[in-house]
Amino acid sequence: MVKTKTNTEDYLRMYRQMVRIRTFEDNANQLYLSAKMPGLTHMYSGEEAVAVGICEALKVTDKITSTHRGHGHCVAKGAEFKEMFCELLGKEEGYCRGKGGSMHIADQSNGNLGANAIVGGSMGIATGSAFTAKLLGKDDVTVCFFGDGATAQGLMYEVMNMAALWKLPVIYACENNGYSEYTKTEEIAAGSITARAEAFGIEAHQVDGQDVLAVNELTQDLVARARKGEGPFFMELMTYRYHGHHVGDINREYYRSKEEEQDWKENRDPIIKFRSWLVEQGIATEDDIEAMNAEVKKDAEEAVAYAEAAPYPDETEVDMHVFTDIKHALA
Amino acid sequence: MREITLSQAVNEALAEEMRRDETVFIIGEDVAEAGTPFKVLSGLVEEFGTERVVDTPIAEPGFMGLAVGAAMTGTRPVVDLMFGDFIYLIMDQLCNQAAKTHYMSGGKMSAPLVLRTNMGATRRSAAQHSQSLHALVAHIPGLKVAMPSSAYEAKGLMKTAIRDNNPVVIFEDKLMYNDKAPVPEEEFLIPFGEANVKREGRDITLIATSSMVQVCEAAAEILAKEGIDAEVIDPRTIVPLDEETLIASAKKTSRVIVVDEGHQSYGITGEIAGRINEKAFYHLDAPVLRMGAMDVPVPFSPALEDITVPTPETVAENARKLMSGEMIHAA
Repeated sequence: MVKTKTNTEDYLRMYRQMVRIRTFEDNANQLYLSAKMPGLTHMYSGEEAVAVGICEALKVTDKITSTHRGHGHCVAKGAEFKEMFCELLGKEEGYCRGKGGSMHIADQSNGNLGANAIVGGSMGIATGSAFTAKLLGKDDVTVCFFGDGATAQGLMYEVMNMAALWKLPVIYACENNGYSEYTKTEEIAAGSITARAEAFGIEAHQVDGQDVLAVNELTQDLVARARKGEGPFFMELMTYRYHGHHVGDINREYYRSKEEEQDWKENRDPIIKFRSWLVEQGIATEDDIEAMNAEVKKDAEEAVAYAEAAPYPDETEVDMHVFTDIKHALA
Repeated sequence: MREITLSQAVNEALAEEMRRDETVFIIGEDVAEAGTPFKVLSGLVEEFGTERVVDTPIAEPGFMGLAVGAAMTGTRPVVDLMFGDFIYLIMDQLCNQAAKTHYMSGGKMSAPLVLRTNMGATRRSAAQHSQSLHALVAHIPGLKVAMPSSAYEAKGLMKTAIRDNNPVVIFEDKLMYNDKAPVPEEEFLIPFGEANVKREGRDITLIATSSMVQVCEAAAEILAKEGIDAEVIDPRTIVPLDEETLIASAKKTSRVIVVDEGHQSYGITGEIAGRINEKAFYHLDAPVLRMGAMDVPVPFSPALEDITVPTPETVAENARKLMSGEMIHAA
């Protein structure tokens, strides 16, 4: 990190957003462990600098598509804790009225077109969103988040081909956290990940996904160029997930060591690294940072309490929203 | 009234809607200069340009996925799937993504797209270019399914489909592209969920979709000469289904045959027969009969292919059996 203190507010907001993601995930994990959350969820902890570095380079009108590991993208693109926790608990006030849950959380008011429970399933959607921008002459850029595991899906190659042919304003952001579910990436991905995009003539970059400023700087540049019609672009963000594939994946030594996890958490944590930098640069004091952390923690706790007390949707909602124009599909 | 072919009717519907709404575009393989292998789209690229009549690589999941994302962000794609048989390739994008967008987002997002494709055997195209797969998509909540039976329906249903805010799949019978029918020159739309009583009759109801409407009308002519007065009803859309009209006819005539070109087992003939049994049982004088395509892959040899689908003769033969009471003790 070689940036100097030029934009204090931006830096503090990036820090705060990363802490918000980590805090959200800590609470979500707790809800799972205490059996208060229906189903499973996939933790974003450890990858915060990716979502925040990218989304801080986007406007509200820019679009993203997210993944099954999508809480980080949702928070980074501007979502509120209350509606997110309500959705995770299947409550009426959730972003999707409790119909989507963790794996389908979407917040179209901030341009988040939704998480997706099919690995690689949103690559077409992201490319189509970029197609809309081009067809209608808007300057929106779309970022397609996906993991290293999704690079094995055929859809990626089909849509990257079209995006490159038609110069669509889309940025493919591959979050390479080293694991494709319960399997090491090197066992499922032959050759280089960035070379996949380069084969289509797409400019591709590899960046340290634990360095929020590096991610942000690269994204700002690519977004500006995509707006001018120079897209598409591809980013491979080298990162790490602290938890297992999902919250229930506890005993995972058969596929990765505790030492490896410890190393990433202690030596490459995006929040610890950025916090030290903020203090070093005199952008914030330790006290400022502790106050910010405490405030986020309180926000999250209040949102969890709110969501726990919030009502479930009425049973009459079960056949609503099947079609846009038929109020109750089974009536 | 002037007569035009089904192909011209589809072309006119698309051109009219594309003039009316600049967010409508066509995307698929060989749709532009080639105008599709069936020449249904000829001339559209000259009027609307390659920005709105978009030739794609041979990548069905890719352009289907792209269309979903485009639809979610403010356009109205009409996806051209060259053969209905290719629907297996796009099932994830159609059924996991498009069909569920509105529901999973709690009604906040939608995917207003049209997938136009085809169906129909006896074109000597063998097992991978001859299937009628509408039952596959009719099974999925969130998709509307239209099956035009003539040029008139093809135009009116297509215009309604494009204006609908839900994903709609239209199956055109590829053997009917050159069939002419009276189609008004002035604008008209055909609402979804309204069956058309093609021929009124007292003795037996023939419910038929797509090209089977012609088959049943011919069967009704044969039966009329024998003193059997058949009613022929075309549901026009199978989702939504105008159950009311079908049930009313079943109650009136007391005998029903459902004729459709999809495979008979687990197909829409069984679905419609089931609904009639549930709602008109005490009015029936015979079991409701299903007539679908044989449960075999479509064979190439004309000697074999022609016997796999219902014909006027086989429909008339079954109608005679129902009228004589033979089918009641068929087991």
